[in-house]
Amino acid sequence: MNAPLRRVAISVLVLFTLLIVNVNYIQVVRSDELRNNTSNTRVLAAQYDRERGAIVVDGTAVAESVPTDGRLKYLRQYPQGELYAAVTGYHSLIYNNSRIEHTENDLLSGSDGRLALRRLADLFTGRDPAGGDVVLTLDPAVQEAAMAGLEGVTGAVVALDPSSGAILGMASTPSYDPTRLSSHDPAAIREYWEQLEAADPDPRLNRAIDDNYPPGSLFKVIVSAAALQNGLTPETVVPAPKEFPLPNSTRVIPNYNGSSCSPSGEQPLIDALTISCNTAFAQLGIDLGEDRIREMAEAFGLDGETFEIPLLVQASGIGEVEDDAALAQTAIGQRDVRMTPLQAALVAATVANDGVQMKPYLIDQVQAPDLTVIDSTSPEEWREPISADIADQLTEMMVSVVANGSGRAARIQGVEVAGKTGTAQVSQDVADHNWFMGFAPADDPKIAVAVFVANGGGTGGDVSAPIAGDVMQAYLDGLGD
Amino acid sequence: MSGPATDPRAPAAGTTPPKRRGIEAALLGFAVLITVVAQCIVDLTITGALRAEMAGFSAWITALWVVAHLVIRKWAPYADPLLLPAVALLVGLGLAVIHRLDLAAEQVESTVTREDAPVQLIWATLGVALFVAVLVTVRDHRTLSRYAYTLALAGLALLALPALLPASLSEVNGAKIWIRVAGFSIQPGEFAKICLVIFFAAYLVDKRDVLALASRRVAGIELPRGRDLGPVLVAWVLSILVLVFERDLGSSLLLFGIFVVMLYIATERSSWLLIGVALFAGGALIAYQIFGHVRARVDTWLNPFAYQDGAGYQLVQSLFGLGTGGLFGAGLGGGRPDQVPVAKSDFIASAVGEELGLFGLVAVIIVYLILVERGLRTSLVVRDAFGKLLAAGLAFAVAWQVFVVLGGVTGLLPLTGLTTPFLAYGGSSLVANFVLVALLVRISDAARRPATPQAGPPQRLGDAPTEVVQQ
Repeated sequence: MNAPLRRVAISVLVLFTLLIVNVNYIQVVRSDELRNNTSNTRVLAAQYDRERGAIVVDGTAVAESVPTDGRLKYLRQYPQGELYAAVTGYHSLIYNNSRIEHTENDLLSGSDGRLALRRLADLFTGRDPAGGDVVLTLDPAVQEAAMAGLEGVTGAVVALDPSSGAILGMASTPSYDPTRLSSHDPAAIREYWEQLEAADPDPRLNRAIDDNYPPGSLFKVIVSAAALQNGLTPETVVPAPKEFPLPNSTRVIPNYNGSSCSPSGEQPLIDALTISCNTAFAQLGIDLGEDRIREMAEAFGLDGETFEIPLLVQASGIGEVEDDAALAQTAIGQRDVRMTPLQAALVAATVANDGVQMKPYLIDQVQAPDLTVIDSTSPEEWREPISADIADQLTEMMVSVVANGSGRAARIQGVEVAGKTGTAQVSQDVADHNWFMGFAPADDPKIAVAVFVANGGGTGGDVSAPIAGDVMQAYLDGLGD
Repeated sequence: MSGPATDPRAPAAGTTPPKRRGIEAALLGFAVLITVVAQCIVDLTITGALRAEMAGFSAWITALWVVAHLVIRKWAPYADPLLLPAVALLVGLGLAVIHRLDLAAEQVESTVTREDAPVQLIWATLGVALFVAVLVTVRDHRTLSRYAYTLALAGLALLALPALLPASLSEVNGAKIWIRVAGFSIQPGEFAKICLVIFFAAYLVDKRDVLALASRRVAGIELPRGRDLGPVLVAWVLSILVLVFERDLGSSLLLFGIFVVMLYIATERSSWLLIGVALFAGGALIAYQIFGHVRARVDTWLNPFAYQDGAGYQLVQSLFGLGTGGLFGAGLGGGRPDQVPVAKSDFIASAVGEELGLFGLVAVIIVYLILVERGLRTSLVVRDAFGKLLAAGLAFAVAWQVFVVLGGVTGLLPLTGLTTPFLAYGGSSLVANFVLVALLVRISDAARRPATPQAGPPQRLGDAPTEVVQQ
């Protein structure tokens, strides 16, 4: 029996060698891949052992790691609490990272390739390895004004520098305190998480980018752009009846509160936008046809595609348009038209920037732990949906909205403001969404802004326009210094 | 074929082989050192201080192995000196990892905080007690062959018991392989394994000549006669039944593998291996087609990341742990092995890999390899056919079980419900494996013992058997 015994002994050796080879494969070859898998929360725990980089706004850390005496050497803190939560996200022992803490994790944790040489130096000098800092484009005055304006409501504010695409403000309410998700006390983290999870509306959502909503009359700016593109002028007189009967239907599109747009039943395009006349734009939509409207919407970025700033931005789009009835509703920003608040700000910024859409971005630069700049974002032209000429005409019309029409509440003392209001129906028993998008100063735009208040219960003009006015004023005041 | 005149256990006459008990004592000392140091490292890393019970623990562990060593000195002086130290090292390491996971549960304030390490220490103590009992009562392993059919019956009963019991008493995580009484969970399959290996050895020694008869050559392979296929078919049906009624892929694979390999060793016919593999492949294929849970297991194994929030969660977490551990590991107390479900029992190897790294895990695999190869070596050296087959079967059982478990945890094979011998938390497994090693120690003592009558004449052995069955 000894010959087969020897063979069995050798087979066992082979089996165990297989085990050892496989373990080598997992622990050496696949080690990096497994370690960096986003579902692997172990590395996160290990990251608490080195100083994580800060997230900086205007020279002040809004997320920073402070040393502790505990087993985990560093504690992540967000000194401004809820103010920047929608952008920074959290860095949690249990729930991983989110937002900038997630997308810029490699740099913040120090494992980014751009820090490789430095890590090598750390090894030799015995310096404690640390992560790099992320400097955001946000402006504290804009952010504070946005959060103050949204106090007590569910909504979002996005502000952009139209000439660069830099995001000056991004706020979402209700918000939460990321410090409480980033503590070292698992029970407290879980408790707070469950509290957030149970809350409705969800405070963890960033409404500026996570979700899209019907824009209502904001969309009339895009329809106007398509009209101007196709030969109309702001002075062209268009039909503006009291009611617009939907084709092949007994239903009608009324104007807001059932008012009539003009005693004569027709008015210049600029007046139709100024008072946000539904019937005029419904007719205009049908006259222009689906293709022209879709083309213009896509040119502005309502193309059904997500993008990154580097946070992921939900897609905006106009959806399927089955017939003329749907087209009429689409033209007034209802039906399946959806926009993120960021997209709305982007539309305003494009008009402000002579028709050139700059790619929006949140990260101004990234720095090594010794504050040397290792990378910075340069502004990038992204799209050009309209000519400078048409942009000027649209600006004129949007100035009229704020000066004489539905957007009066966005006016700023001594500054000409351009804008458009939106009041979008959601359903019969839910209050309307209230929108405003605009920019200022109209002749030399420094800031474009979009304000979204979910189910605000009023109109875009009286709920959202004042918030937009305050946000733009806060920024322009700062520039004056 | 036995008798005092031609003692089959006698090596070459005239020379007295060294007993090598000194080596065993030294290696045991090393194992105790590792055990105690590992516990200290765990405490220092996690809580920052040594716990008060440390002195008592060290004394207990030392006493355990001193007793086992002295019993070997007295009742099996020529035993292989590596078997017990290998076991001691694995048990000690297992205790450290289990203690470490106990502390982790406190750390994250898990709701199921339980001190499992002290319980495991009790089980180890019970295991050593049985180890001693086996060495003292079974003075000659050949006596066991007399109880082959009794043991076979006992083994089958143990195997079938969980299947016959209601699920509330026998099912844990989908596998019906437990008996749960009064807060205790017993896995009778671990004991059935040993009973059946003893039976296989006795049976095959008896029938090997018949089973080795070849009828015809097909493609260069001598196939056995059709009517001799009976036993292998019975073993095959048995393992299929285990698979179907207990949903236990591990035990099924284990039993059938052990039987086929023992059949091969007994008959020296490789055709048995081919028949075994073919039968198993056929059974596995049918099981895959018919049973959803088998299919789910295989799918999860092939692509764990596709199911990482569901059925693949365990394996994916295990791979994360291993990958994060890398070459050197996070150090005892430095990783997050608690993130792997059932890390104390089924997935203890991934905890070792995460905290002790590739080097630690490979070291553990090599300790197992030493244990198994020493067992197989015993089988080579021992003269009597029953001892040879028994030692080979027991050693191969450990090898096969370690391969299937570690293969499952590292994604090489589908996951099974088997436990990692000596290392994993679990009383039945630990105690049963102590009995297994006691038998190997007993046979290895016979293998190297010089031909003197001090082992006692066979007639005396007749006194012992009633005690043997009690275990």
